[in-house]
Amino acid sequence: VNPRMWDDLAGQVAAGSRFAGLMATQRAGGLVLSAHLAGAKDVTVRDVALPPGAGSYPALTPVLGAASWYEREIHDLFGVVPAGHPHLEPLLLPGPSVPRHVLGAGLFTIPHGPVRSGVMESIEYLVETPGEDIPHLSTRVFYKHRGVESRFEGLPAGDGVLLAERTEGVASVAHALAYCHAIERIADVSVPWPAALVRVLYAELERLANHLDAAVRLADAAGLAVATARFGVHKERVLRLVSRMCGSRFGRGVVVPGGVSGPPELSGADFLAEIGRLDRAVTADAAVLMGTASFLDRLRSTGPLRPERAREYGALGPVGKASGFSDDARRFRPYDAYPALGLGEVSTYSAGDALARLRIRWDEVRQSFHLLRQAADELGDVGDGAFRAEFDPVDGRSVGWAEAPQGEVLYDVRVEGGRLTRCHPRSASFHNLALFHEVFAGDILTDFPFIEASFGLSVAGVAR
Amino acid sequence: VSPWVLRGLRDGVVTTRWPARPDPYADGWRGPATVLDPRPAGAADLASLCPTGAVSATHRSLTLDQGQCILCGRCVVGRPDVFGWSRGPGGAALTRDGLVVPQVTETERNLAAVRAALRAKTAALRRSVHLRHVDAGSDGTEEQEIAALLNPVYDIHRLGIFVTASPRHADVLLVTGAGAHGMAEPLRRTYDGMPDPKIVIAVGTDACGGGLLAGSSATSDGVGAVIGVDVWLPGSPPPPFSILCALLGALGRLPREVSP
Repeated sequence: VNPRMWDDLAGQVAAGSRFAGLMATQRAGGLVLSAHLAGAKDVTVRDVALPPGAGSYPALTPVLGAASWYEREIHDLFGVVPAGHPHLEPLLLPGPSVPRHVLGAGLFTIPHGPVRSGVMESIEYLVETPGEDIPHLSTRVFYKHRGVESRFEGLPAGDGVLLAERTEGVASVAHALAYCHAIERIADVSVPWPAALVRVLYAELERLANHLDAAVRLADAAGLAVATARFGVHKERVLRLVSRMCGSRFGRGVVVPGGVSGPPELSGADFLAEIGRLDRAVTADAAVLMGTASFLDRLRSTGPLRPERAREYGALGPVGKASGFSDDARRFRPYDAYPALGLGEVSTYSAGDALARLRIRWDEVRQSFHLLRQAADELGDVGDGAFRAEFDPVDGRSVGWAEAPQGEVLYDVRVEGGRLTRCHPRSASFHNLALFHEVFAGDILTDFPFIEASFGLSVAGVAR
Repeated sequence: VSPWVLRGLRDGVVTTRWPARPDPYADGWRGPATVLDPRPAGAADLASLCPTGAVSATHRSLTLDQGQCILCGRCVVGRPDVFGWSRGPGGAALTRDGLVVPQVTETERNLAAVRAALRAKTAALRRSVHLRHVDAGSDGTEEQEIAALLNPVYDIHRLGIFVTASPRHADVLLVTGAGAHGMAEPLRRTYDGMPDPKIVIAVGTDACGGGLLAGSSATSDGVGAVIGVDVWLPGSPPPPFSILCALLGALGRLPREVSP
């Protein structure tokens, strides 16, 4: 194994590319490691083939810290050892026994999870504390590992989208889009214009539902009963609107390779009327929330992520934008109807705290309402065209992406003989959760639910 | 006065009165696929329509296992004369076999005994019921739909139903997900921690049969392999009304026509 195998990659990251992920593929000639780099216009892949039977390779993590979780995942799933990895604990598969470190005198561990209070996904946070502060936190995500990646293998390329929708259910539409973009890129197919507009409708409604859910959780953490109730009702209205359009409350079954399964089962006028009502209600309640001093006090300077760290790591979505790192696939690597719609500026803040992450979400909510109106107007004008480009899946390999409410979702897909031989979904939740334990400086136990809600991640997309 | 007091009064009562009164959103819900014609011409070829293998066919008749239906609609689009959508918030069954449509008469006879046994367990709960939820490998949507039961639209507190953190206080266990191996032990311990009588509801197609993850080496094709299940509720995910319907059905608190 070439000890300088990562020099080229590290150089590109130093030159300004964003490290977007690392995955392994078992090929006939041995294991291939593929690093994803997001540039100004495209996502590129760097493949490094290991010699057949290689049991280890020089770890990337010492050169590029953001690779840490990716190399732990590869170690779990493929058994190859990244030599020199500073923290090679199990991530997706539980090891024979995981030691519980307690890092200092007078500290004790509070396990949160895997069965958590309330209705939450399974994950375990080990909070080490002298009683109030959180000097150290470790995260165990393997409990709900479902083996999604291996289930992709062998599926017909047209069926893969169904599993993509269930990889991270709260971002069903974004995952379906990223998957279909990869399949469409391989076949060099572009989707009909009406379908591109319909895709934007569902993607932005999904963003609304997720951001309203974050508001519900934050208001609930602060004990604001009326705010919790009202944002809960708004979110329910969004999900009902989606179900009136397609039958599923999460927009499932809409995005298919080549376009969408059909137009919304709701007239443009009814849609716009409901969007108008929602916009007024959400905007008014958000304004009151952002004027509630007792609420803002709990968020301000809570769970700060330093801008330098966000940039260095490549933090995605609202977490990155709140720390001044403004990557948004809809703007920089646009797809479907986004290039033609007015997205406006991507707002960023530099505070990097839970408050900044909420402000970003309200900015994105405003942007989403704007996009929904534009796309619906445009769709009314184009009338009934084709909603799907029919094509037979073509063999090949490509990367597809979409901007989920949590940030950029990336799919690396390989099709051989019309079936998937490799499909690696990389959710924003996976990428961002690795940062979660770093933001607890100075925060206390009661800040935990605020910080967790402000990250707004889904465990399903991490453990897969 | 806090502005929230006035905002709280703004929209009046938004809470549904279901099940005491009909609710159009509940009654119009599009549930799992169902069989319209169990003896169609060319039945043997229809199994291949379903990506999860929910459709079983012999050369002259077919059945559909709603516990494996992910509502993708391929069968309904492909053969609208044979398959259709079920409507309404029902669809839960008291046995795993009860999710297979069309139902065979033998299962229906067994059902009376199962129903009586469940009623005996739930009779003592009356109008104070505490729920505990465990995620055994869901895709994350089932949690959203269960949590939605707490919003003012569904407001399960009006029915005397509450979510509790401790399994020691819980009467009903809602289990979601395909039965990830990593969650088997935490799930069993939660179940063991609950006092008797206890009811287990498998929420969602993944929990009933594994859905698209059936056959994965990391899951056990549904939660039935890990703990005993009393009520099986398909859906991908089932909406809040269906979860509520399954819950009230298990408690014997539904009007007859929607009872599982």
